Amino acid sequence: MSIRMEPTDITDPDYFHKVVDCQWACPAHTPVPEYIRLIAKKRYADAFMVNWESNVFPAILGRTCDRPCEPACRRTRIEEKPVAICRLKRVAADNCGDISDRLPQVPSQKNGKRIALVGAGPASLAVARDLLPLGYECTLFEKNRAAGGLMRTNIPAFRLPVAVLDEEVDRVLHMGVEARFGTEISSLKSLLGEGFDAVFIGSGAPRGRDLNLPGRASASANIHIGTDFLASVAFGHTEKIGRRVVVIGGGNTAMDCCRTALRLGGENVYITVRSPRADMKASAWEIEDAVREGIPVLDNHAPTEFLVENGRLRAVKFQPMAARYDAAGRRTLYATDDEPVIIECDDVLMAIGQDVAYDWIERDIGLDFDAGGGPVVDALTHQSTLPGVFFGGDAAWGPENIITAVAHGHKAAISIDLFCNGQPLSDRPNPLTNLVSQKMGIHEWSYDNDISAAGRVPVPLADLEVALTRLDVEVELGFDETEALKEAMRCLNCDIQTVFSDNLCIECDACLDICPVDCINFTDNDEETRLREGLRVPAVNLEQGLYVSGPLVTGRVMIKDEDVCLHCGLCAERCPTGAWDMQKFSLVEAVANTNPEPAQEPVHAV
Amino acid sequence: MTHIAKPKFRHPDLPVNRLGLTRRDYEGVVSTLCAGCGHDSISAAIIQACFELEIAAHRIAKVSGIGCSSKTTNYFANTAHGFNSVHGRMPSVATGANLANPDLIYLGVSGDGDTASIGLGQFCHAIRRRLNMVYIVENNGTYGLTKGQFSATNDKRSKNRRGVENLFEGIDLCALAIEMGAGFVARSFSGDKHQLVPLIKAAITYHGFALIDVISPCVTFNNHPTSTKSYDYVRDHNFMVDRIDFVPKRSEIKTQYEPGTSVELTLHDGSALKLYKLADDYDPADRGQSLASLDRYDRDGAVSTGLLYFDENQTDLHDLLATTDQPLNAAPQADLCPGADQLEAINAQYR
Repeated sequence: MSIRMEPTDITDPDYFHKVVDCQWACPAHTPVPEYIRLIAKKRYADAFMVNWESNVFPAILGRTCDRPCEPACRRTRIEEKPVAICRLKRVAADNCGDISDRLPQVPSQKNGKRIALVGAGPASLAVARDLLPLGYECTLFEKNRAAGGLMRTNIPAFRLPVAVLDEEVDRVLHMGVEARFGTEISSLKSLLGEGFDAVFIGSGAPRGRDLNLPGRASASANIHIGTDFLASVAFGHTEKIGRRVVVIGGGNTAMDCCRTALRLGGENVYITVRSPRADMKASAWEIEDAVREGIPVLDNHAPTEFLVENGRLRAVKFQPMAARYDAAGRRTLYATDDEPVIIECDDVLMAIGQDVAYDWIERDIGLDFDAGGGPVVDALTHQSTLPGVFFGGDAAWGPENIITAVAHGHKAAISIDLFCNGQPLSDRPNPLTNLVSQKMGIHEWSYDNDISAAGRVPVPLADLEVALTRLDVEVELGFDETEALKEAMRCLNCDIQTVFSDNLCIECDACLDICPVDCINFTDNDEETRLREGLRVPAVNLEQGLYVSGPLVTGRVMIKDEDVCLHCGLCAERCPTGAWDMQKFSLVEAVANTNPEPAQEPVHAV
Repeated sequence: MTHIAKPKFRHPDLPVNRLGLTRRDYEGVVSTLCAGCGHDSISAAIIQACFELEIAAHRIAKVSGIGCSSKTTNYFANTAHGFNSVHGRMPSVATGANLANPDLIYLGVSGDGDTASIGLGQFCHAIRRRLNMVYIVENNGTYGLTKGQFSATNDKRSKNRRGVENLFEGIDLCALAIEMGAGFVARSFSGDKHQLVPLIKAAITYHGFALIDVISPCVTFNNHPTSTKSYDYVRDHNFMVDRIDFVPKRSEIKTQYEPGTSVELTLHDGSALKLYKLADDYDPADRGQSLASLDRYDRDGAVSTGLLYFDENQTDLHDLLATTDQPLNAAPQADLCPGADQLEAINAQYR
């Protein structure tokens, strides 16, 4: 006896949220199709605000985000390349104009609660952004002379202009943060003694890893930790580097290191990685950017020794490697029989990862650490084992990225607000969701369903010869309006959901016949595996849901494979009874506010 | 009608036939018929059948008359030849074209008005002449373009939307076609592609006149509770006399059923039909018996569907007239116009 599929519960917000692949993949759940539609209508300020409310740093993220949304984009499954979501976000920021009158009001009457924020990176700033409008007093402690954290110290100016960074960081600071720059916290115990109601630790993962190979000590004058090097460049302390530079590591920091070196006088700059190129940690586009600037990537090169001559670094010695994969896909790297490779160089930049550093947290105050040296932090509430002390960003579970840090900040702010009001941290607010028909006429919808079939619009770049001469020439120029509007029309509007009412269906097959991508089926119900195999085009992508109706008049059910649905609305246009309708699903993540006003519709509805 | 063109994107895993085409390559423009029209499902079934038969669309000539049904030739096989003729005169155009070029597949699409009223004579004579074509009637029992009057196939005593009763006998096109000598006669339902697609494939492959009368509900004017051509009525009263599987010439015939429950029928090009009898007393090879049975089912209120009559050995018009095998467009000029001397010689025979 097979177990038939139950009708899909579309009142569960997760069902339609998952269909919006980009939003689901985004740690902050930014409503991507919503702001892309606003851009398509040239409503840049509205598009910016949708972003700002969700991710706090649209202009920064529009240049530097890790973009988990793009590999998730449905367009990759029906065409080739995703919508340039990240670059469109930048378009909103580039063209939004003055939005200061749209920022939340910060009450002059404070609520009497004081919050300490350790480290001025994206996580702490997100906490401040969320708590200041509620009347909290936020005090920010930062060891550097300016806010931004890793966004300032590790992302070079040719990817993120300082003016852009300053504007977005200042927008939060000017909401009334009491910032104490140049103040490094050396004892959590004494900070706790200052009477804060809660402490948020967003101090990042500041300690760059080192490789203790033979020759490391004697060559130390010319071996630099990548993150320290980038920070030193960012604050103007380092202005030059040797002519020949070897970068060790294959992550995004390594890419930033080599491109920075190229602009500080490096002529022969190499990226060296232990693993095969396909396994490099860096984002594909960041590798592309480095390669376009003429930097060779030497993969399968494991460093074994720093060669020193006359007390000075002369070269790095590498063991050629190869990778082997077992049946389960687990990788083993092994040394090949090839001769070692020696690369002569003047400087080495080490970018092989970062760790958290908690020598400033006393171990006897009730804040537990795990075996790996990191704090024990609750995944939902971000609270440590010491009530009132919260962690977020890289400081919580090690290096991630900016958008994850922002998402952490929002969640921690909710917890802090609950904590300060004496409410259980598990009693968390739900996201605001809505599902509204987009029908405007028999064949008219409030969204533009005539999507573009064109390929991804490439982002214009600065002339390489000019770009390589200066640190502060931004390489990516961003889309102009024509390019932006063209790219915006590639978005499939995956948040406009196909909603099916089984009681209205007369089983005329009109939807099934018109569907351009064969999503829709009318069939006998069965258990999921057999159903997936038996559809008109088998539903092999198990990460994508099947939308199952209740029984129809003939006893069959409607099954829709969400995988490659274009959200074109033709099923609804060809439906004689309105059994299909196109309804916009919106989900706005919860923000800190224990005493909310009555729920409102999302303000930026298109 | 739908305002946007159907997106060109297709499912990345959509099957490809031996011509390298997907089903979507056999589509036409987006339909301008009412949403939910049965005719659109029939177009989709034709598309599926042509895809599965791996027909190059330029080998098809689509012919039609006037009416909602006759518009639909624009909605499939965009790269096929087509002739949208005068009301009820599609068989004449098809006859002329077929005589000039026997190599094309003649796919006629007509409606109950175009066939059973204004075109009834043309319909009968095309059958009499054994024209090698597929003649699909998209039969909704109503004049949709003129807002819902009873057509000649509307069943006696069925009522229109306002409750007015039809006083006249409906014409059973299948019974008529069997009487007139059609070799392949089937009835189906637009809402059942499992039945319809194999029938269209068999009809296209059949050598001779093949009629498929497809009950195709008019959602706008004839889909109400007192209609006998509505989705619900046909589903409730559908009596399948048999079911066929189309077995292309090149594939091995796999017997999946108990021996004795199916019979195998051979088509002109070596393809086969496996026919599974569903009604014990029905024999599609026996002309007299099938007519009698159809009449009895009809009186019982059943809509009998399936392959109703099949003559394995029909000869077509070209066989009867012993015409040349060569399409006229491929004949050399000297053959087509042999000159005054030849004409003189022919005339001399009659002096």
